[in-house]
Amino acid sequence: MLEVKDLHVTVEGQEILKGLDLTINAGEVHAIMGPNGAGKSTLSAVIAGKEGYEVTQGSITFEGKDVLEMEVEERAQAGLLLGFQYPVEIPGVKNIYLLKAALNAQREARGEGEMPAPEFMKLIKEKIAFMKMDPSFLQRAVNEGFSGGEKKRNEILQMLVLQPRLAMLDEIDSGLDIDAMRVVAEGINSLRSEERGVLLVTHYQRLLDFVVPDQVHVLVDGRIAKSGDADLARELEARGYDWVVEESAA
Amino acid sequence: MASEEMEQLVRREYKEGFVTDIESDTVPPGLDENTIAFISKKKGEPEWMLEWRLKAYQQWLKMTPPSWAHLDYPPIDYQAISYYSAPKRDEDRPQSLDEVDPKLLETYEKLGIPLHERAALAGVAVDAVFDSVSVTTTFKEKLHEAGVIFCSMSEAIRDYPELVKQYLGSVVPQGDNYFAALNSAVFTDGSFVFVPEGVTCPMELSTYFRINERNTGQFERTLIVCESRAQVSYLEGCTAPQRDENQLHAAVVELVALEDAYIKYSTVQNWYPGDEDGKGGIYNFVTKRGDCRGDRSRISWTQVETGSAITWKYPSCVLRGKHSIGEFYSVAVTNGRQQADTGTKMIHIGEGTRSTIVSKGISAGRADQSYRGLVKVGPRAKNARNFTQCDSLLIGDQCGAHTFPYQEIGNSTATVEHEATTSKIGEDQLFYCQSRGISEEDAVSMIVNGFCKDVFQELPMEFAVEAEALLNVTLEGAVG
Repeated sequence: MLEVKDLHVTVEGQEILKGLDLTINAGEVHAIMGPNGAGKSTLSAVIAGKEGYEVTQGSITFEGKDVLEMEVEERAQAGLLLGFQYPVEIPGVKNIYLLKAALNAQREARGEGEMPAPEFMKLIKEKIAFMKMDPSFLQRAVNEGFSGGEKKRNEILQMLVLQPRLAMLDEIDSGLDIDAMRVVAEGINSLRSEERGVLLVTHYQRLLDFVVPDQVHVLVDGRIAKSGDADLARELEARGYDWVVEESAA
Repeated sequence: MASEEMEQLVRREYKEGFVTDIESDTVPPGLDENTIAFISKKKGEPEWMLEWRLKAYQQWLKMTPPSWAHLDYPPIDYQAISYYSAPKRDEDRPQSLDEVDPKLLETYEKLGIPLHERAALAGVAVDAVFDSVSVTTTFKEKLHEAGVIFCSMSEAIRDYPELVKQYLGSVVPQGDNYFAALNSAVFTDGSFVFVPEGVTCPMELSTYFRINERNTGQFERTLIVCESRAQVSYLEGCTAPQRDENQLHAAVVELVALEDAYIKYSTVQNWYPGDEDGKGGIYNFVTKRGDCRGDRSRISWTQVETGSAITWKYPSCVLRGKHSIGEFYSVAVTNGRQQADTGTKMIHIGEGTRSTIVSKGISAGRADQSYRGLVKVGPRAKNARNFTQCDSLLIGDQCGAHTFPYQEIGNSTATVEHEATTSKIGEDQLFYCQSRGISEEDAVSMIVNGFCKDVFQELPMEFAVEAEALLNVTLEGAVG
């Protein structure tokens, strides 16, 4: 469903991604790992359409469509969803309002029309219970005063409500204690299906014990230096990244 | 105008009475004692009122326009302004909505203004389409039963001279400031509200009900008095863009709250801001002040300011009564070439007085905006408390926001808190919303409305809904 070919990206004149190739098929979970500064977060940000990232070469297609030609909201409406490492606070805007606006914007783009309020409330109640979140979260301003763990749960909650075709989760595991990690992982696992893909960007292997990936890629200096299955993640945990860096330099 | 002509006019007018014949006249531009006498006669005012106006005029002559505000506009030629113009006759006005600027109608549409009100606002000969008489009648009856007086200032001067004499100018004296002095000399009309002791006004009072009193906006004079334990909520203005041939507006609003009284005054101001270069926009120099005269009285100002080319406005509270409360909640939006210097003054005189200031400024385009606030605590105001929160939001990088907080604390028992933030509408916030599938325009309006929420929740319900819609229209195209 997602095809990234020979992707080169510069940020403020500096080349971060230097010819990255990645294919994710429906039903697969991919993990992107790698040392700090390798360009892990850049990849998901570029796919989502964040400003300030210049694609100098290469292509990104999602279900046959040229992603780079699409506006940020169009990408989301097509089913690409980015879960943020540092979700922003939006004072005065209730969580439930954002959820509703986002869901309805996506439904409208698909020609489905707004979801009736009772149906929406039922959906939200179900998902918030699944994420073991207090319903009072819905009435609080988006991410305002949330702890790190609460912000991450909120990202997954949005994902469960929006049901993206491809979820890209940027360091969703950072700052989580083990209980929160379990809940987040269950959320991600509940999304796994034949029609959906997941891209996990993570520095540590810990999350991958709970969400077992089909493929693991190691990103070094803007390229995928090594790919493998879940065992590769464990090997990285045991041996660190240096050997991959050396291997790729050789 | 030669004085004989003047005399003639006045005499003829007098002979024919002030109610029926309002057709002929607009005084030629210029301001002197004759002009004031003309206005006063035209309105059929008693002698004491004319004297009051002339006293104001004499003070005005000795004053100079304020120059301290962070505003940039060419000097105003006060002799080039016409100080009295009668309402246009129906035959001179558009006869139907078909004759009205389609762009204006489009805006009404976006704001969701009911059809009959659109006609009224666009200046169509309304009475043909809008049965304002019946609405006004039922509502006047209801007020009358409760003992509330709500009428035009002209009527009040005629019918309740003692009340007017007692309270007019008692909060904003004639010589208070340049624009207040000018207003006192030449004001044409406005509203008068009197709520007697112990009465809670049975409905929200709105200038909407006076929609067919046209062309009184230029120098409006409003006086609201609440006796002991009385309460009223007053709504001024409306969200629809209002056009006016008069560029200079200098209104005065006075509020008097006696013991345990509560006055809530809400404004939505959306005067014409001018074209893209700011040409032709309204200059709005307003003096609004509330006097918490009685113990435990409370005055609350809520304003949403989106219009005008220039706004100079500081709704204030004089907290004289012990334990009285003053509040100021403001959203000011400037876009295009608009300039606003607005804020409040909270003057703590009585013991245990409290005040709250929440100001939200939004600047977009090439607009410039300043918050100017004074918190003054006098020596007798033991244990006075103030909380000020003052936030600015910038959209784009060509606009400006400035904050000028002044504090004069003459009492060591006072508690004064001030919080201020300035933020750019976050690229990150926009990206976050858009990455959820929400369009940029909807994202901006969501973020801005969130920013203003603390103020909007102070507005009466229907007003709040309109204010949100208005904000979206005002900021249309501000991003991207």
